Amino acid sequence: MIEISNVSKWYGSFRVLHDCTTRIEKGEVLVVCGPSGSGKSTLIKCVNGLEPYQQGGIVVEGISVGAIGTDLPKLRSRLGMVFQNFELFPHLSVMENLTLAQVKVLGRAPAEARDKGLKLLERVGLKEQAAKYPAQLSGGQQQRVAIARALAMDPIAMLFDEPTSALDPEMINEVLDVMVRLAKEGMTMMVVTHEMGFARKVANRVIFMDGGEIIEDAPTEDFFGKPRSERAVQFLSKILRH
Amino acid sequence: MNFRWEWDVFLRDTGGGQTYLDWLFSAWGWTLTVAGGGWLVAIVFGSVIGTLRTVPQRGLARVAAGWVELFRNIPLLVQLFLWYHVVPALIPPLKSLPSIVLVIFALGFFTSARVAEQVRAGIQSLGRGQTQAGLAVGFTLPQTYRYILLPLAFRIIIPPLTSEAMNVVKNSAVAFAVSVAELTMFALLAQEETSRGIEIYLAVTGLYVITALAVNRAMALIDRRLRVPGYAGGAR
Repeated sequence: MIEISNVSKWYGSFRVLHDCTTRIEKGEVLVVCGPSGSGKSTLIKCVNGLEPYQQGGIVVEGISVGAIGTDLPKLRSRLGMVFQNFELFPHLSVMENLTLAQVKVLGRAPAEARDKGLKLLERVGLKEQAAKYPAQLSGGQQQRVAIARALAMDPIAMLFDEPTSALDPEMINEVLDVMVRLAKEGMTMMVVTHEMGFARKVANRVIFMDGGEIIEDAPTEDFFGKPRSERAVQFLSKILRH
Repeated sequence: MNFRWEWDVFLRDTGGGQTYLDWLFSAWGWTLTVAGGGWLVAIVFGSVIGTLRTVPQRGLARVAAGWVELFRNIPLLVQLFLWYHVVPALIPPLKSLPSIVLVIFALGFFTSARVAEQVRAGIQSLGRGQTQAGLAVGFTLPQTYRYILLPLAFRIIIPPLTSEAMNVVKNSAVAFAVSVAELTMFALLAQEETSRGIEIYLAVTGLYVITALAVNRAMALIDRRLRVPGYAGGAR
């Protein structure tokens, strides 16, 4: 469903992505991990064209992301994205955050968009908060609203860019629970995260990145059981120590 | 010295069948017209130019930067003379425009450069995250500006915009230089005719203060209306 082939990207003369190749099948969950600065976030933002790339290609359901003439807004509306810092629209209520793009991008009737929004809020356990504003919610609640906002567009796949990195420890699980449920329902997901427990539980494959390169791309059991690269072994020993 | 107030000067006839009080209020009307018109032009052009300064298209951003530099690097009074004497000479159809229209554009464009810089600062204070979030849900870039960036930016810049709106009221005084019958023009003529400069100037000062304060209160009301609970000072 998502095919990334030989993608390279430079900031000036600095190469942030180096010949990255991987693919995500429909219904698959791919976890992307690696030390900070390894290019994970850049790679996931290339998938919906938020970051341009200079070489290689990314194809999402037959549509080339980097090609001239690609309707990027349309493509993005079909790929849900969740950010590290939530990025809810602060001047809109929780419900408006969920309905605005449904109405303006998908052309749904306001009442229909509201129904959809209410259903999704119920699903992430926040139905009571519909009238509140983002700044009145906790971090974990905001991130669950952000997931609901992305789901409101009926995406074909979800992209998560370190969704729990900005959260206090006690809020991480409420967000991961929502993500686990989503994965079990068969959502196609690409998840940049350090939550290895989450990866073990739901990922089909894990890729490990370092220095802009995909060093390891393996089925989950293999990645945790017998990582092949030295750097992946080191990385895992550092984050799994506790 | 023995000074006596003569406030009844305003009841005197100007010789044209109206009192100085009538004239004062009609002059106030012209001041409000110049300031209101100038503010409208400034907000419309300032918003567009300030927005364009932040877009990824380099050409547009450069044109907008040129606009700002052009209109903020020339003294307002000189700009007014340019609009009055030079522009109509270069573009003959403009000769038929009344001077009030030229004044409104001169004041509006001058102020638009300042408003544009505030709009730009407001947008840039939001960082890349909100733009990316807007694009990620499928908005086009114009939609992202319309629904996300500009509503947030305008809330942030209400305090400097308030000062700017009050400045427009005060800067409208330059209109006297091209014979618009606004408050300053009234003050100059009426004090000469009546020799009661003190009363005349105090009255005019009072009306400027009242107008500027009214603008200030109006902006404060807008600020309260638009305040978002929990966000950017909204907790008050």
